[in-house]
Amino acid sequence: MSDQSATRSGFPPAYLDRVGSSFTDFLATAAPDLLPGRRPVPTMPVGDLAPHGTTIVAVTYDGGVLMGGDRRATMGNLISSRDIEKVYPADSYSVIGIAGAAGIAIEMVKLYQVELEHYEKIEGLTMSLDGKANRLAAMIRGNLGAAMQGLAVVPLFAGFDLDAAPGTAPGRIFSYDVTGGNYEERGYAAVGSGSLFAKNSLKKTWRQGLPADDATRTVVESLYDAADDDSATGGPDPVRRLYPIVYRVDAEGAVRLTDAEIAAVADTIVTERADADRRNTERGA
Amino acid sequence: MTMPYYASAEQVMRDRSEYARKGISRGRSVAVVTYADGVLFIAENPSSTLHKVGEIYDRIGFAAVGRYSEFESLRVAGVRLADVRGYSYNRRDVTGRVIANAYAQTLGAIFTEQMKPYEVELCVAEVGDRPETDQLYRLTFDGSVVDEPDFVVMGGQAEAVTGHLREHFLPGMGLSDALQVGVRALSAVSPVTAGAAHGGPSQLTAAQLEVAVLDRRRPKRAFRRITGSALRTLLGDEPTPDAVDDAPATSAHAPSVPEPGTPAGLGDPANPDTAGGAGFDAHDEDGGEA
Repeated sequence: MSDQSATRSGFPPAYLDRVGSSFTDFLATAAPDLLPGRRPVPTMPVGDLAPHGTTIVAVTYDGGVLMGGDRRATMGNLISSRDIEKVYPADSYSVIGIAGAAGIAIEMVKLYQVELEHYEKIEGLTMSLDGKANRLAAMIRGNLGAAMQGLAVVPLFAGFDLDAAPGTAPGRIFSYDVTGGNYEERGYAAVGSGSLFAKNSLKKTWRQGLPADDATRTVVESLYDAADDDSATGGPDPVRRLYPIVYRVDAEGAVRLTDAEIAAVADTIVTERADADRRNTERGA
Repeated sequence: MTMPYYASAEQVMRDRSEYARKGISRGRSVAVVTYADGVLFIAENPSSTLHKVGEIYDRIGFAAVGRYSEFESLRVAGVRLADVRGYSYNRRDVTGRVIANAYAQTLGAIFTEQMKPYEVELCVAEVGDRPETDQLYRLTFDGSVVDEPDFVVMGGQAEAVTGHLREHFLPGMGLSDALQVGVRALSAVSPVTAGAAHGGPSQLTAAQLEVAVLDRRRPKRAFRRITGSALRTLLGDEPTPDAVDDAPATSAHAPSVPEPGTPAGLGDPANPDTAGGAGFDAHDEDGGEA
């Protein structure tokens, strides 16, 4: 392209250069201001001014992987949202859940979704699951400066591996740290402020090769346990009909479980806990 | 003293047009046809990886004829423009008109300013909520853009194919009917079927075709390739009733995904869209007329 064409409408020269199939890399040359990692980092900690999302859990089961998240966002001591959604489909065979500064995290999810779709359209192929996990790591790495000022974003990534060798589990989970470290998890994982309690719960309830229904229960129960002990994690809210968001990814793709399904699971857990508690009290009396 | 060579602007433009037209006419044809549920792309294309038809955005598709390397870079530019716009505004703010305008400007600039014009002809199709709102834009090598009703035909024998379609096209045909009308029109002029009178094949087969649809009934991404047994069934090559169910499975979201558990690169050879690793890397070697 000649230099003059840059001043006219139509495609700017960068658009016609056939290099790379990454949307993020392309934005870095064509419109760097749109990238979350390219902005000036705040000079003082601003963590308490921005809403933060909290607990996300993911578990594998016999046909794939499940990911769930509670619905609370907090800002310092306030609950800034009761119905925030923190688990999203990344593409048709993977899901992403986010903990940390909600504004940056949601922007990053949006960028990541476009990144995967862009690659798919340009290459005519879906990216491998490991490739997807790596692209996400690169995005987190770019946010380290903001993370140091209290705007950390820590995602959890899970997907169905279409290239999995026969006999291996197709559902895989990847966790991250603020520096962009990328770790594959075995069986289950949790991130966010309530992750300690959620993991403790999963440690007791999760087993290798659970069927989907039982695995869904372990997810909802671990979030219930996290909400029990962590003030920043929201429990099931039958008054407002707000329940955790759970996505299931299997050979058919990623689907969000309906509120009715999750409500039934959550109600069962609450009833069982109440019964157990009553029995304990009666025994003690 | 040598006289500086002079050519009138008119002569230069005429030469360039002729050059571009010649390049395009060597390629095989592509037909873009509207049908009841959206827009159907049919390309005569023996390659299963060097696509002439592609997805631009949720409701927007792309088809091209001519020099592969040139229309491929235009396709990528279109995907980039759509994704940047959708990311910085909203997904609904990406329209076929925006993409078609950008192509028109770019092709026009290349035609007037560069020695060699692009030897391509493009179609940008957008599917709406109702058949009346479907849009087909045809873009030629000099940057002219035409909004066409019903169908667009591009490539070597475009006029003959257009004539054939004009006779047989009916608005609101089903997918199978529209496909068969389109394939018959392409077959009528294809060199592959030239020997039909002497017992050769009279119609293009699934392996020689690249077929895709923009299906308005699909949520979000409307683009879907139709390959393998689903295509053979629609063409009537292989009337197996159970294969009809395969049709929706060939999704745009997983365009080239092998069956779960198949190692990369070992797709079903009968189904051209399941090939694993090898793919677009080959585009430069085969940069001639696709």
